[in-house]
Amino acid sequence: MRNRGLAHTLLASFFALFVLFLYGPTITIAILSFQGPEGGLTFPMRGVSLRWFANLFETQAVGDFGGSFTRSIALACIVTGLTVAIALLAGLAFRRRFAGATALFYLTVASLIMPSILISLGIGLMFNIADLAPTWYTSALGAHLTWTLPFGVLIMLAVFNRFDRSLEEAARDLGATPWQVFRHVVLPLITPSLIGVALFGFTLSYDEFARSIMSAGSDNTLPLEIYGMTTNVTSPVLYALGTLTTVFSFMVILGGLGAVVLLRRGRIG
Amino acid sequence: MTRAIPAWLQATPLALVLGVFLLIPILTVIVVSFWDYDQTRLIPGFVLDNYIDALTEGVTWKTYLSTVRFAVITWAITLTMGFTVAYFLAFHVTSTLWQMVFFQLCTIPFLTSNIIRMISWIPFLGRNGLINQALQGLGLTDHPLDFLLFSDFAVILAFVHLYTLFMVVPIFNTMMRIDRSLLEAARDAGAGFWSVVRHVVIPLSLPGVAIGSIFVITLVMGDFITVRLMSGGQSASVGVMMMNAMSLLQYPAAAAHAVVLLAVVLLMVAAILRVVDIRKEL
Repeated sequence: MRNRGLAHTLLASFFALFVLFLYGPTITIAILSFQGPEGGLTFPMRGVSLRWFANLFETQAVGDFGGSFTRSIALACIVTGLTVAIALLAGLAFRRRFAGATALFYLTVASLIMPSILISLGIGLMFNIADLAPTWYTSALGAHLTWTLPFGVLIMLAVFNRFDRSLEEAARDLGATPWQVFRHVVLPLITPSLIGVALFGFTLSYDEFARSIMSAGSDNTLPLEIYGMTTNVTSPVLYALGTLTTVFSFMVILGGLGAVVLLRRGRIG
Repeated sequence: MTRAIPAWLQATPLALVLGVFLLIPILTVIVVSFWDYDQTRLIPGFVLDNYIDALTEGVTWKTYLSTVRFAVITWAITLTMGFTVAYFLAFHVTSTLWQMVFFQLCTIPFLTSNIIRMISWIPFLGRNGLINQALQGLGLTDHPLDFLLFSDFAVILAFVHLYTLFMVVPIFNTMMRIDRSLLEAARDAGAGFWSVVRHVVIPLSLPGVAIGSIFVITLVMGDFITVRLMSGGQSASVGVMMMNAMSLLQYPAAAAHAVVLLAVVLLMVAAILRVVDIRKEL
């Protein structure tokens, strides 16, 4: 028992350090983004100011922050909608047998482990050869879907694996049509998981870099813009941008998790 | 009455997207890797020069070695850390609520920007960063250490920071499915802490370890941004080499590298799948 107590303390400390390791750097740049006007990229803080946040909104200082931010959000919204719809349909399809199901499943897994840079290059070349100009809403959209869809489909597969089919049978026995079974039995039960899929779709697309690099065309998405900044911006404005986009991501994540918790509670209560 | 939609029709959108944006691009890369090129354009054809150039240059081999080294070191560290965290969450956090909260705490950073998470190491690793300040303050060194930022060390630190999660999640999932009575039986039979971990937990967690390993190895092998940013352009990786070729518009050369990279990654995945059977997990 004593031994287990010691192991428990050590493991708990390791976990605490791990969480610190995960979040510490992000918190650090959040603090440094309030650096005074004379301050640099490292401590000490030379006063406190909002100067670097203000800097972000002066177009001259840092590329096209507003435009790339808008594009990234628009793209993430489109990716989210398509990911939820396509993953849900595929999840429903995989519950039954159809020709090519195994091949499609392996293609989905391949999409997950395919090096991003290869997909980026491939899509870039495909558009090049077809003499089409790559844009964020065509080629980059497709590139992002190859990353978000496998997550969505695998989540739906896991959900339907644990789904209690007797609920649907009961509804069918009571005379419900396939659509009514889906709308009134299946959909309410899987809504929390669909929010999870949406959350993955949105955040993965919003932050995607490697798959955008050859496929986004001439208008940058936000991660591409940030990458551009890392090579030529050496002031805390970089941290201000990092802090803003991380706060934005956190709000989206907490919104998603909050919605799931509320839905679950609503059903139990 | 409305009839159910056939399954193949429901699967069509997924098949279309993956066909157009995964399958055709990969085939395009393979085809273009045999094309010729000059300064301005691609010349369709069938030449092996891109592969011959890629495979006969000493730089290529050194770059692959360096990339595999990154992958192996990152794999070993993320596996150790990920396994420990997953073990703590699965077996030492008894309240389901806290288990959920801690698990989410681990996954949330995955949903934020990788580039920002890399940048956030600058205040620690820079020449005037916290680590150098601390070391000098303690009198351990009289001049700042330059190898902290822009080095292989920084690259691996960032990989571990970004990708340990990919180990935690699958290993945790497998561990949650281990029958608790097996652990009790082992303990009743007199097995100590290490004995239980070694003979019960590790063998039963292997499918999760395999899935995590596939994630980490494929992510590191195909990476370019982490190596470029964290090494300040000083370290080499296959991805960086490909990006360099692309920025010079040498697409067929980049494509040949991509095909070789894909072959190497698939071999590594196949090797993992030979050792561990993950079908039960899917």
